[in-house]
Amino acid sequence: MTHSEPRWRRPLFALALAGALSGCASPENANPKDPFEKYNRAVFAFNDAVDRAALKPAATAYKRVLPQFVQTGVNNFFGNLADIWTGANNLLQGKGKDGFSDLGRVALNSTVGVLGLVDVASSAGLRKHSEDFGQTLGAWGVPSGPYLMLPLLGPSTVRDTAALPLDWKADPWAYKEPVNWRNVGIGVRVIDQRAVILDASNLLEEAALDRYEFIRDGFLQRRESRIYDGEKKEDKQDKADQDAAAPAPAEPEKQSDTK
Amino acid sequence: MKFLKHLFAVATIAFLAAGPAAAADEKPDVLVKRISNEVIDTVKADKDIQAGNQKKLMDLVDAKILPYVDFEKSTAMAAGRFWRQATPEQQKALQTEFRALLVHTYAGALSQIKNETVEFKPMRASDSDTEVEVRSQVNVARGEPVTLNYRLVKEPAGWKIYDINVLGAWLVETYKGTFASEINKTGIDGLIKKLHDRNVQLASKPMKAAK
Repeated sequence: MTHSEPRWRRPLFALALAGALSGCASPENANPKDPFEKYNRAVFAFNDAVDRAALKPAATAYKRVLPQFVQTGVNNFFGNLADIWTGANNLLQGKGKDGFSDLGRVALNSTVGVLGLVDVASSAGLRKHSEDFGQTLGAWGVPSGPYLMLPLLGPSTVRDTAALPLDWKADPWAYKEPVNWRNVGIGVRVIDQRAVILDASNLLEEAALDRYEFIRDGFLQRRESRIYDGEKKEDKQDKADQDAAAPAPAEPEKQSDTK
Repeated sequence: MKFLKHLFAVATIAFLAAGPAAAADEKPDVLVKRISNEVIDTVKADKDIQAGNQKKLMDLVDAKILPYVDFEKSTAMAAGRFWRQATPEQQKALQTEFRALLVHTYAGALSQIKNETVEFKPMRASDSDTEVEVRSQVNVARGEPVTLNYRLVKEPAGWKIYDINVLGAWLVETYKGTFASEINKTGIDGLIKKLHDRNVQLASKPMKAAK
């Protein structure tokens, strides 16, 4: 569902934006990061219904029926295709080392790894990354804008939504011929991606008091952290982490939080 | 890598020398690494836990993890400015319920450990720090590694964990929004009740068997 050709996605997309922009102002104590909460909650409910009715059962069956090595192969295959764009984005962000590592992964996995079916690169110590153009924009300093729940595609932000068309354009599988194969592949990829997070999503269902809020607050943090690749930039109140990172002077001068 | 090996060695020595009841001056990264290794090794070796034996899993969490967690701090942070408005009884109840929910969630995650390996990153902190972040990643069979970071605070009894970061999101931070909106709607007692109801509901159903 998520990765199809732009043809049918564009109307959905326009719908999402139109809905968001038509100013469904949210209740009094709204989260400042989520001014479209009312609209987002409606879309979330819709996505959830689709998931429960179709996607989750399909993913559960997929996970139960197919042998492990087939699932791994499918995941690796599409992961390998995605690594190309990940590498490009790392390079765009000036992270040369990661970018070339990603391209090295593609080279290695596409050849030794039999068209990407086997992730030999990870075993060789080239860890997988995951980057998209939204993260690149973030790294360039574009603010995320409000939270946005996209129909079928799930949680996003205004910035990341604007970046999506480019991500689709850069998806090699979107050019796969014949179209039948392409569509089957897209379907398999969606189901596989859902299957991978099956356990996590079951866990989340138990942990969250309000799943909408939990997913939103978790997603926004995760997104932010990915842009900085886990190197925190956001920690201000806790402690002067930068001081600790620098070869710190010996005497304790802890209370000097300058911010 | 040399550093990691070194860390391994240190952790092993610390473990052998101090036994399970480690010294109070155990370094935070060494502490987390030790707990993490012990827990993962236990889960991997225990067929009952892998089969979803909830009792054994809870025992493991109780014995190996809970002594090193400061739930009061976690709860206070999740409640934010409301913490000081709560009565001591409310604080206590909130802490109990939040703890139960977190333990259940964490146990659920533990039961899913298969052949993942945990890789610790060098810690950037000086000896005078009283709050540190220990960073690690779980290398999984498929897809990119999962971030797993810990925030610890130094207390008289040693370092205690008070927040964990999974996939880039801090757990306590993530609950903060929910806590705030729930308290705004139904008050602190409303939040306690909601947590309690969830815990009752979770306790009544069997834990999903690990697959």
